[in-house]
Amino acid sequence: MALLNDEMREQLSGFFNGMKKDVTLAVFTTKEGCESCKDTEDFMEEMASLSDKIHFAAYDIDTHKDKAEAYGVTLTPSVVLLNSEQKHQGVKFNGIPAGHEVNSLIKGIMAVAGSLDTLPESQQQRLKKVTKPVNIKVFVTLSCPHCPGAVEKAHQLALENEHIDAEMIEAQTFSAVAEKFNVSSVPKVVINEKFEFVGNQTIDDFLSEIEKTQ
Amino acid sequence: MELNLNVTEETKVQLKKEVVYDSLIIGGGPAGLNAALYAKRKGLNVGIITERLGGQVMDTSVVENYLGYESLTGEELVNKFIKHVQKLEVPILKEAAVEKLSKKDGLHEVHLKNGDVYQTRTLVLATGSKPRKLGIPGEKEFSGKGVAYCAICDGPFFEGLDVVIAGGGNTAVESALDMAKIAARVDLVHRSEFRADQVLVDQLKKYDNIHIHLQTQMEEIIGEAMVTGINVLDKKTGDRRIMNTNGIFVEIGYLPNSDAFKDYVKVNDHKEIIVDAYGRTNVDGVFAAGDITTIPYKQIITSAGDGAKVALAVNDYLNTHAAVEAPQEVVAK
Repeated sequence: MALLNDEMREQLSGFFNGMKKDVTLAVFTTKEGCESCKDTEDFMEEMASLSDKIHFAAYDIDTHKDKAEAYGVTLTPSVVLLNSEQKHQGVKFNGIPAGHEVNSLIKGIMAVAGSLDTLPESQQQRLKKVTKPVNIKVFVTLSCPHCPGAVEKAHQLALENEHIDAEMIEAQTFSAVAEKFNVSSVPKVVINEKFEFVGNQTIDDFLSEIEKTQ
Repeated sequence: MELNLNVTEETKVQLKKEVVYDSLIIGGGPAGLNAALYAKRKGLNVGIITERLGGQVMDTSVVENYLGYESLTGEELVNKFIKHVQKLEVPILKEAAVEKLSKKDGLHEVHLKNGDVYQTRTLVLATGSKPRKLGIPGEKEFSGKGVAYCAICDGPFFEGLDVVIAGGGNTAVESALDMAKIAARVDLVHRSEFRADQVLVDQLKKYDNIHIHLQTQMEEIIGEAMVTGINVLDKKTGDRRIMNTNGIFVEIGYLPNSDAFKDYVKVNDHKEIIVDAYGRTNVDGVFAAGDITTIPYKQIITSAGDGAKVALAVNDYLNTHAAVEAPQEVVAK
């Protein structure tokens, strides 16, 4: 089942013309008990067909344990964005990035391709002081219009600091994880499983929470 | 499975710090976007600074009262607005929060939270409003733990559960209708009578699981890890009781986003910017449009219309004020 119609394909192809470097969409799935795995795989393959610079790779989480471990993948479906050197820079989507999250997927691809603006100097300075591992979880629903904004910011922070890892978590697909973190409003951001806030806050707000972990 | 694609080609023109604009529009909702459209067509050098392109309309599930469109989502409508403005190559600075405004050498300066400063001869303040809070005990404590402000975002978490919708306007009734399809039981609680359109109120009767409680005041939100209920006062009988529920959607109206401007222009007790019939504030060259102003009845179509009107007033102002003239204080009528 194709998710993109002709109009979307045309619009996105034009958009992806601006990609400076190659990006690989690495999809992790399981054969059984995963409702959206097939859809996610198909959708990523469709996205890859929109540009020569987007590549598609499919992995079974059980047979490719080494890859899953290297990218920190524990849930399926998961999509990891790899840069032109096949390096994972902490940009991950757990659950199909459809609905409104297609927008954060597109932004993520462009960011990993090096085609988005970097953060202003003041925020770069704050980021430089982050030297211990940081994990950012951004819980979303696919019907939430302002969730992609929070996902994009988390991914941007991950791209600019090697110690930061950022993942979108679709709260309905992974309801057990969402329940563990008492998610009932989205976007909900959880940092190192300890510090949290609700809403699409500013980059500075993200940084303030991140600094608490250092 | 569907896609809500919202990728607009980045406008090729960018907002520049070294340019003195004829007009800078703060806010990217219907008022700001339409002000930009009208100003640009008048030949003005105009730009938009916005924290959230599209504004609150983005969170509206269905719009059925915008002339010319029988029914579409808020996002679809606002995407049409954005595309229209982008065709005219208006620079739009996104995700940019304004810290404060100031005056310098007869110009107005817009200071962003990230430290950047932009200069302009006139300003259109159109940052709209944000959801109003109940202001009762337990609301802050349980925010994100059962207390929610966006039904289309957080509705899915309450599948098969009981929810309360607080409010009596169109947004509240629409949320009740949306949630009735997902939740087991929906209690619509409002402190006075309905303000919503009758066509919407009539639809409430179609659902057996919607229960209406008018003249009912919410006094406290209670729970443990998550919300378990609310204490309510029945204003007719004077009785107090606990209403059990898993979640509360607060849809009781809006508060203007005027905090960054209230030291620069006059606001009223509701924090709305005081404007005259032309959208002029008390400060020369500073205008305001849409939900942030004292204009009554906040609607998408009235905000858009207001943006158009104010852009024309800005154009008249620029035609009658020389570029070098220092702004003078005037009082809004």
